[in-house]
Amino acid sequence: MHALVVQQLRKVYRSGFEALKGVDLTVEEGDFFALLGPNGAGKSTLIGIVTSLVNKTSGRVCVFGHDLDTEPEAVKASLGVVPQEFNFNLFLPVAEVVINQAGYFGIPRREARRRAEFYLKKLDLWERRRSEMRLLSGGMKRRLMIARALVHRPKLLILDEPTAGVDIEIRRAMWAYLRELNAEGTTIILTTHYLEEAESLCRNIAMIDDGRIAAVAETQALLAELDAEAFVLTLTAPLAAAPALAGLDVKRLDATTLEAQLHRGQTLNDLFAALRAAGVEVASMRNKQNRLEQLFLEMIDRGRGIAPAQAA
Amino acid sequence: MSAHSGTDLRRGYRYWVTFSTLLQKEVLRFSRIWVQTILPSAITTMLYFVIFGRLIGDRIGSMGGFAYMDFIVPGLALMSVITNAYSNVVSSFYSSKFSRYVEELLVSPAPPWVILAGYVAGGVVRGVIVGLVVMLVAMFFTDVAPHSWLVTLSVFVLTAVLFALGGFINAVFANSFDDISIVPIFVLAPLTYLGGVFYSIELLPEFWQWVSLLNPVLYMVNAFRYGLLGTTDIPLVMAFVIIAAFIVALGAVSLRLLERGVGIKQ
Repeated sequence: MHALVVQQLRKVYRSGFEALKGVDLTVEEGDFFALLGPNGAGKSTLIGIVTSLVNKTSGRVCVFGHDLDTEPEAVKASLGVVPQEFNFNLFLPVAEVVINQAGYFGIPRREARRRAEFYLKKLDLWERRRSEMRLLSGGMKRRLMIARALVHRPKLLILDEPTAGVDIEIRRAMWAYLRELNAEGTTIILTTHYLEEAESLCRNIAMIDDGRIAAVAETQALLAELDAEAFVLTLTAPLAAAPALAGLDVKRLDATTLEAQLHRGQTLNDLFAALRAAGVEVASMRNKQNRLEQLFLEMIDRGRGIAPAQAA
Repeated sequence: MSAHSGTDLRRGYRYWVTFSTLLQKEVLRFSRIWVQTILPSAITTMLYFVIFGRLIGDRIGSMGGFAYMDFIVPGLALMSVITNAYSNVVSSFYSSKFSRYVEELLVSPAPPWVILAGYVAGGVVRGVIVGLVVMLVAMFFTDVAPHSWLVTLSVFVLTAVLFALGGFINAVFANSFDDISIVPIFVLAPLTYLGGVFYSIELLPEFWQWVSLLNPVLYMVNAFRYGLLGTTDIPLVMAFVIIAAFIVALGAVSLRLLERGVGIKQ
């Protein structure tokens, strides 16, 4: 079953700015799906429309077979949303925020308290349940938004930049919990600027640019499209000049650092064999940039003209 | 029981839970800050009674056949109901817009009329509580006892509903905290003070009596005065019809604004 179907979705703001120019997108039930794009590409507008926070200009949105226009209550009951910006009453205690949200979804008080305890414990916030929202750190507020979005047990969880401004340790813990939710059957859609996040978590990816879907594909298939991958090599001894390696694109960054570009068809074995033959020893190596990030930039550079493909 | 009616019952129960959650949140909100929300009206009213009732009232003599102190009790109580029902909804809904936690409701399956009912009920509860506190204060200064409980309570509640709806509409269109104080200062206060709280319109020249009849607050104050004292400047039925008409009109406008997401959705 399709968790989300978006057809010819358009949004023109009152200012005349056309944020979405006919978006088509399908996300399958159980998927872990990333929506990527530069600032202003239309990601948050798309999520805003699906979650009923933004009015669409035209087009159709269906969630688990329910049409947003004709069955808005069924659509909203299936959805949980973690917005990009904090949207709390800062003077309410933490537990009350979650319990009230359950109440808005029609969950009786006693059950709402039980669920609030479960999700606050799960997200490591139970000890702070009586604290006012304004006293929480940024990371705690992010986790609370996830607890709030889950309290009615949605089948589709949408997260808009869920780990923005969160430290690495908490980010990893949030990733682990999102993976657990997905494994339990929750369909997850996330937007992120951390492409590493999308590469690590998501099975399918849509790239949105200038209000249009630029590409939709499996993450691994998309990565296979990379024309070249760049590596930074730290050497055991300094070099006066970059070694000349036949067929390989290597340049010297400083005395002990080289940058190597591997084009499609070339392997790390080819690179290391050539370096060894030139008498160069490598102490360590890292990707110059995240692969998805590289792909994303390539796509933007290619002139934003990639034909949309259907997600698997 | 058919499957259809079972679904309707479940939906009705879900709506009830949403409504009661919203109402509970609203009541907790104003009761946590009771020094700012409940107490000021009691103090202001006490000052009115001391100054206009005790000090100046004795020199004024009777008004509409009653001691001046007794005459102003209904108007002062209703003025508190109007101000508090209005300000509760306008400040609560505008704050939820400003800090964006209105989105908690917008993403929920609660239909607009349930959301509106929750906010309005919060305003009504505050208006009625403050009105009762003012009546309690009045009992220290006068011996007024309701002539008709039914009229007294129904005017109390209907007036609170009307002005809670007014506060909601103000909040929808407000773009700053300044905007939520403009209407109470420039519209609500003149309507209330010129609505017969402190005088009988029989004292006015014929032209200004006619102008006064365009003021909806006049009907509420007089209906409430009838409930407490058994006297009114205008027919009771007309007062109820006008209050009901305003409630229907403002209710319809509020609901339409909420359905379209005016001021809260892009």
